[in-house]
Amino acid sequence: MATEVLMPALSPTMEEGTLAKWLVKEGDTVSSGDIMAEIETDKATMEFEAVDEGIMGKILIAEGTEGVKVNTPIAILVEEGEDADAAASSASAPAESSAPAEAPAPAPETSSAPVPAVASVPAEDPEIPEGTEMKKTTVREALRDAMAEEMRREGAVYLMGEEVAEYQGAYKISQGLLDEFGAKRVIDTPITEHGFAGIAVGSAMGGLKPIVEFMTFNFAMQAMDQIINSAAKTLYMSGGQMGCPIVFRGPNGAAARVAAQHSQDYAAWFMQVPGLKVAMPYSAADAKGLLKSAIRDPNPVIFLENEILYGRSFDVPVMDDFTVPFGKARIWREGTDVTIVSFGIGMTYALQAADKLAEDGISAEVVDLRTLRPMDTDTVIRSVMKTNRCVTVEEGWPQGSVGGYISAVLMQQAFDYLDAPVINCTGKDVPMPYAENLEKLALVTTDEVIAAVKQVTYR
Amino acid sequence: MATRRSTKKTPAKSNVSKEELLEYYREMLLIRRFEEKAGQLYGMGLIGGFCHLYIGQEAVVVGLEAAAKDGDKRVTSYRDHAHMLACGMDPNGVMAELTGREGGYSRGKGGSMHMFSKEKHFYGGHGIVAAQVPLGAGLAFADKYKGNDNVTFVYFGDGAANQGQVYETYNMAELWDLPVVFVIENNQYAMGTAVKRSTKSPSLWERGAAYGIPGEEVDGMDVMAVKAAGEKAVAHCRAGKGPYILEVMTYRYRGHSMSDPAKYRTREEVQKMREERDAIEHVREILLQGKHATEDDLKGIDKEIKAVVNESAEFAKDSPLPAVDQLYTDIYAAEIPQEA
Repeated sequence: MATEVLMPALSPTMEEGTLAKWLVKEGDTVSSGDIMAEIETDKATMEFEAVDEGIMGKILIAEGTEGVKVNTPIAILVEEGEDADAAASSASAPAESSAPAEAPAPAPETSSAPVPAVASVPAEDPEIPEGTEMKKTTVREALRDAMAEEMRREGAVYLMGEEVAEYQGAYKISQGLLDEFGAKRVIDTPITEHGFAGIAVGSAMGGLKPIVEFMTFNFAMQAMDQIINSAAKTLYMSGGQMGCPIVFRGPNGAAARVAAQHSQDYAAWFMQVPGLKVAMPYSAADAKGLLKSAIRDPNPVIFLENEILYGRSFDVPVMDDFTVPFGKARIWREGTDVTIVSFGIGMTYALQAADKLAEDGISAEVVDLRTLRPMDTDTVIRSVMKTNRCVTVEEGWPQGSVGGYISAVLMQQAFDYLDAPVINCTGKDVPMPYAENLEKLALVTTDEVIAAVKQVTYR
Repeated sequence: MATRRSTKKTPAKSNVSKEELLEYYREMLLIRRFEEKAGQLYGMGLIGGFCHLYIGQEAVVVGLEAAAKDGDKRVTSYRDHAHMLACGMDPNGVMAELTGREGGYSRGKGGSMHMFSKEKHFYGGHGIVAAQVPLGAGLAFADKYKGNDNVTFVYFGDGAANQGQVYETYNMAELWDLPVVFVIENNQYAMGTAVKRSTKSPSLWERGAAYGIPGEEVDGMDVMAVKAAGEKAVAHCRAGKGPYILEVMTYRYRGHSMSDPAKYRTREEVQKMREERDAIEHVREILLQGKHATEDDLKGIDKEIKAVVNESAEFAKDSPLPAVDQLYTDIYAAEIPQEA
């Protein structure tokens, strides 16, 4: 009886990968535990082991193939005497033939589909001169490039964190940096967030410009005292003498199926603290431009990334020194009927919703805040003065949310322009569940954004 | 408890000259008189909030400063007035910060617990117990990164010594050979909790052994012993051998803060320390017995110190409150201009 071998999901967020190399050939006998292939995910090259025994009947996906979706059949295992071709045609018919053990849990689509081919090209972007050449770049590469450029520019800039050097980054953001800058400037730490965050803050007070990578911002909770009490407040407490130029960066918010302790969006928490600056980019261009600005900033900056966005590609301007200023929102799409305000991965839902709403004749203006402190509320207010309605979108919890703050600002400064109460689309008021269906329910969705827009536009 | 010694006949240690000893006497006395004045001003309502006095512990910081060179850094927690005076910060600016005035080191925005001086390499002044420990290691990290031979003194108490971040820092400081002297100022009480009620470790410095960090116990009531230990520790750090731990046994005569009635120890215990182990009296005896100074010389110093302290109190009272627009300054450092 033939068995289909499926493209495995080798990380929580993997949706596709490259079949880098077959280590067995057709006709080989395979035992459980044998390494069959090398598969490149967006984070690493992984060895893929056989679970079942059999004879390699047919290789369906040639080595070197890129973009192989998770759960795609990549080979057929047959039993002694079985005809591979016949087995292939029969095996590929029923989808049920996927042996669960062979194909680890399929990568769930937390953020729904990858960014659709959106009409949402940024409506304005004053940082990029007209006619600038653009290059498709992933958020991951953009972040790495930003760090590398700034490290080349200034010797006092260094990177510290768990697995940032020899492992090349838990999420491969720091790939290649150790090779270029050496172990003095790309530093692996023990798993001690509280301690190394404090050491980095002290080194900033001593004249260096550290970039601290938290493997995820969930782990930054261990270091919260050093971030808030030491980094954010010292300039004030010292009457302006003792600054702290430091960047704390790493993935924030839900990834996929990693449950409550690894799936929190801290945007609203950090946004509350005077003395901190907070960036949460969506696109690769903003990730690069904002990170470069963050590294140059003489203040402590919280730089919130997103694991699901790391692998997404965007146009990034090919410029010698492209930076994006803090405190300037970007209008991704102009519209007249409603203002949708978001940031980070929330922009995915905002832009998808805007596309679908356009089909229903509703024209949405989509504003990407890009930085939450300083926050460009002027741009939001100006937009609402035009559209008279506002929906905010974020993955964080509803109580004390970013959207709640924007609602208050609009109520105080644009009350007469509002034709409907502002609606905040947020993550649900629960710790993140693990089960696939429950996790989907806990996250904000495009449909919820659409429903909210219809509510504020009375459609 | 600080180790016993006879109060008489301690010979002047060979590592200290007469002039140096007189200087230590002057510095310790300045700290004591300054702190007594701060206590008075607190009683008069001129100093608010928390105010933690260093009286009794003077030999610790004076002895260690004697082992430091220009460029070395220091960082401590909130019992910090003495560290500032000992590294040469202006008593006027310190006292005016205690009263929350414009003339204070932080222009009145930090208070007793939060002062800094880049010029004197004093990095605070931190209010969260043990948070200064990784910060200090970070200062040492910066010096090592820059390739100079500066050393950082990180002061923390016996209470802080039980915080987890201290051990995270020990681990990384030794791993990366950071030039940092960890100074545990063991004054026997973490607020109201005696050391023996918070740990069964026989000594605090020995915990460094788990990370490969050498250290030793030091008599913190003897400024010359502190200086000698400090020199040894600093030499270790400057030689690139990584951190060193000094557990300096000392005693604070006053309560944890101004509002502490100190019911956790007897009046007799405090009195005994004052009578038998006082660090300033110790030096005074040596100076007089060794005929390095006369009673009149010392009276002259007392008078001089009194004048300095009184002046700082007057300055601190006369300095204006910070202007109201100071509320919104110093939250963010000015933008570094971005190249096009």
